[in-house]
Amino acid sequence: MTQRATLVSAMNAMTNIGTDTQTIVAADAPKMKTESLSIYYSAFRAVADVTLPVRDRQITAIIGPSGCGKSTLLRALNRMNDLVAGSHIQGKVTLDGEDIYAPNMDVVDIRRRIGMVFQRPNPFPKTIYDNVAFGPRLYGRIPKTELDEIVESSLRRAALWDEVKDKLKQSGLALSGGQQQRLCIARAVAAEPEVILMDEPCSALDPVATLKIEELMQELKKDYAIVIVTHNMQQAARVSDYTAMMMMRSDRAGEMIELDQTQKIFTRPGDKRTEDYVSGRFG
Amino acid sequence: MTKGVEMREQNITMTIGRGVVVARPDSRDALRKRPRVGERVIQSLLFACGFISIFTTLGIVFVLGEESFLFFGSEEVSIIEFVTGTVWQPAVGEFGILPLLLSTLITSIVAMLVAIPVGLSAAIFLSEYASPKARSILKPVLELLAGVPTVVYGYFALTFMTPLLRSVFGQDTIEVYNMASAGLVMGIMIVPLVASMSEDALTAVPRSMREAAFGLGATKLETSVSVVVPAAVSGIMAAVIVGISRAIGETMIVALAAGAGPNFTFNPFKAAETMTGHIARISGGDLSYNSIDYNSIFAIGITLFLMTLGLNIISRYFVNRFREVYQ
Repeated sequence: MTQRATLVSAMNAMTNIGTDTQTIVAADAPKMKTESLSIYYSAFRAVADVTLPVRDRQITAIIGPSGCGKSTLLRALNRMNDLVAGSHIQGKVTLDGEDIYAPNMDVVDIRRRIGMVFQRPNPFPKTIYDNVAFGPRLYGRIPKTELDEIVESSLRRAALWDEVKDKLKQSGLALSGGQQQRLCIARAVAAEPEVILMDEPCSALDPVATLKIEELMQELKKDYAIVIVTHNMQQAARVSDYTAMMMMRSDRAGEMIELDQTQKIFTRPGDKRTEDYVSGRFG
Repeated sequence: MTKGVEMREQNITMTIGRGVVVARPDSRDALRKRPRVGERVIQSLLFACGFISIFTTLGIVFVLGEESFLFFGSEEVSIIEFVTGTVWQPAVGEFGILPLLLSTLITSIVAMLVAIPVGLSAAIFLSEYASPKARSILKPVLELLAGVPTVVYGYFALTFMTPLLRSVFGQDTIEVYNMASAGLVMGIMIVPLVASMSEDALTAVPRSMREAAFGLGATKLETSVSVVVPAAVSGIMAAVIVGISRAIGETMIVALAAGAGPNFTFNPFKAAETMTGHIARISGGDLSYNSIDYNSIFAIGITLFLMTLGLNIISRYFVNRFREVYQ
């Protein structure tokens, strides 16, 4: 409710008042937002009525028990669900206020602007260099020196450069699991997205590698809006700024039961079910 | 009624009792090794089946080797002449394999020029683009094409492809029997093989690879060409090499459409007999047993055998060298 109110006033502000206010408002408006979003697989409703703002330069975590539609919701944010035959949505998903499901939106461009890191590290069976250069190469011919720079800076951003700088020509599959996942993050970063979606990025990693990825997320947060789905509540508590709690309803559709600042969710949750879940009483 | 129940109860106790006896005959014997006859029989049967195929191969190698040893042993031919001679005329004692080898290579190259692009494209279409429904119809049809007898393909070459080529390029450039027609039809014959094997390789590429590419904003074509195909390269190479082996070994199409008579030419529009075609024609006629002519076809046979063996080795190398191990 308050969310809606801020948005309305923000819109009024944008239309009526001068540039100063606009910049302030722009910083305040969410980078992405789902509005009453329902996701269907054919007739089955997997996610029901989710309204979730994703703020820029913040980490939004989605938590909840298995099967509650967290990943489905995440995959709707960059239209990855389009790949599943029979999937469709109701409601709206906006990026900078633009409806990404509008008929005139190009799904390929959307995925360029909204990068994704998957549950299991999935580097291409190519060299480390070619993995990182994959995105930039898609967007046109780039001079070698420039590409070298992009690869280096992306690997640095993913805190992987020092470990791989001498073996850029080796296969990405030769790296350890944690390194592979950071390679995937570097690959996503090299494509210069605006939002990064992470689908349980640490679930296949050991605690040390997990810690590295978490530190990395804090760094990346300075430039991107990040949405992370996680099973690990400590992880959500450690890294995120906002937490959305999802649950499965009796009709098996997932719904968002609470959204708040992470600190609040983990200390004084508004919903009894959230409290039970975060305190480990179920799920 | 009561009796029946009693009897049944008795039965049950008896079965239980027996079960106990079998399971634990005596506490000291319980862990002793017991013979399992059924296991043994099946195991030897399976071994025998495996052995038959190995034994057959060894037998073939032995026969080929023995007869060609006789061939190369006679004073009329030397291995050097066999390998470098450009005339194959057993009647006058000329045994140069090059004309036969060359036409085998030309027909096979023409065939692969058709089979690789068409087969690979069909495989990409089936695995990346076709809807499950389309695939469920197209794949069986494709496999049906593989089931057409090669003699039918041979007549197809002779009565359809050759007239077509002649009407396009002119009667003068293209002979009635020619390698191009046989090669093209052979390529069509191999398309299902290449397509089916490549499709298996492409489908085996994990979905996560495609998702990664799509997630970076790659189009379907970019994903297929720059991620899925390279990831499946070992399987595709294997498909291509099996296709080449098939082309080299194919007999009926070339025997019918490529020409009867060795001819040393690089022109695919001319008639020339391949190694397989020659063996088929010669062994069909009456050859006196143990003559030099008779032995010569074994020399061709062993050449063919060595070629396909070599290709198989290369294929294994590629499969092992480029196979990616995914998590």
